[in-house]
Amino acid sequence: MRSIKFLLAGIVFGIIMYKSEAVSWYRIHEMFRFESFHMYGIIGSALFLGVLLVQWIKRSKMKNIYGQPIAIEDKEKSFWRYILGGSIFGMGWALSGACPGPMYVLVGTGAMAIMIVIFGAIIGTFLYGVLRTKLPH
Amino acid sequence: MSAIFQPWPWYVSGPLIALLMFTLLKFGKSFGMSSNLRTICTIGGAGKFADFFRFDWKSQRWNLLVLIGAILGGFIASEFLSTETVNMDLNPKTIAALKEKGFSDAGKAIVPKQLFGLEAISSLKGILILLIGGIMVGFGARWAGGCTSGHAISGLSNLQLPSLIAVIGFFAGGLLMTHFIFPFLF
Repeated sequence: MRSIKFLLAGIVFGIIMYKSEAVSWYRIHEMFRFESFHMYGIIGSALFLGVLLVQWIKRSKMKNIYGQPIAIEDKEKSFWRYILGGSIFGMGWALSGACPGPMYVLVGTGAMAIMIVIFGAIIGTFLYGVLRTKLPH
Repeated sequence: MSAIFQPWPWYVSGPLIALLMFTLLKFGKSFGMSSNLRTICTIGGAGKFADFFRFDWKSQRWNLLVLIGAILGGFIASEFLSTETVNMDLNPKTIAALKEKGFSDAGKAIVPKQLFGLEAISSLKGILILLIGGIMVGFGARWAGGCTSGHAISGLSNLQLPSLIAVIGFFAGGLLMTHFIFPFLF
C-alpha cells in the first residue's frame, strides 16, 4: 500500500491542527486582534525549522524515498494575483475562522456547520476557474 | 503522558508542521491543502465549464487521502486525545470583547455557537456568513495559487517572494475583516 502513508500524514496533520488549536475560530480571531502570540508562534516556529529543512534538502541534493531528487518548484513571479487573491482569502479566513486544511479537521470534530464553509470553498474555487481568464494575474 | 491531553504549545505544534512538510517532500509531494478544492471541482464535472478543471485528477489522489486523514485526525484528537471539556487559554481581552457581542462560549468551545450552532445556521444571515466566508477562502486561495499551507508554510520555507506577497495579502484581508467588517456583523 503505497498510498496509506498519505492517509497517515493526513491523520498526523489533523491531530496537530486540532491539538494546537489552529482549527479554532477563536484562535484566528485572537491572532487578527494581535492579542496572542500563539498563532504567530506556530507559524514562526514552523517557518524557522521549515527554512532550515528546505536549505538542507537543497544543499545536500537530497533524494525522496523513490530515489529521485527532491525538486521544489519556484512560485510563478507576479504581484496582483498574490496580493488580491491573498486579501480575499484572508477575509474569508478571518470570517469563517477556517482555512483549507482545518476545515476538514473540523468535520472530524463533529462541527458539521463547517460543511457550509467547505461547500462555499468549492463554489469559490469553481468561480475562480470560470473567471480566471478575466482576472489579473 | 497527560501533556498530550492538554492543548499543545506553539513550540511543539509549529516544528511538527515543518516536519510534516518535510515528510511530504520526502514522499515526492508537496504540502498544500487548497488544491484539493480544485480536484473536487474536477471530479464533480467542472471541466465542462472551464479549462482550469481539465486535468487528470487521479494525479491528486494522494492529496485527497491527506484530506480524508485530516478528517480522521480531527476525530481522533477530539475524541481520544483531549480532555472532555474545551478550555482554551485565550487572551481575556479577546474573550471580553467577544462576550460583549454575544459570543458566550469564547474559550470554552473550538468554534463559536454564534456562527456554527444550530440556531446560527438556521438563519439566512448565519448561512450567508459561512457560505460567503467559504467562497472567499476558495476563490482567494486559487487566485493566489495557494493557502496557509502552500504559501505561508511551503512557499515561505522556500523563501519565495510571491508567497510573502500572498501572506501579506492574507493578513491585509484578515485585518480588514476582523476590524472593519466583522464589527458590522455582530
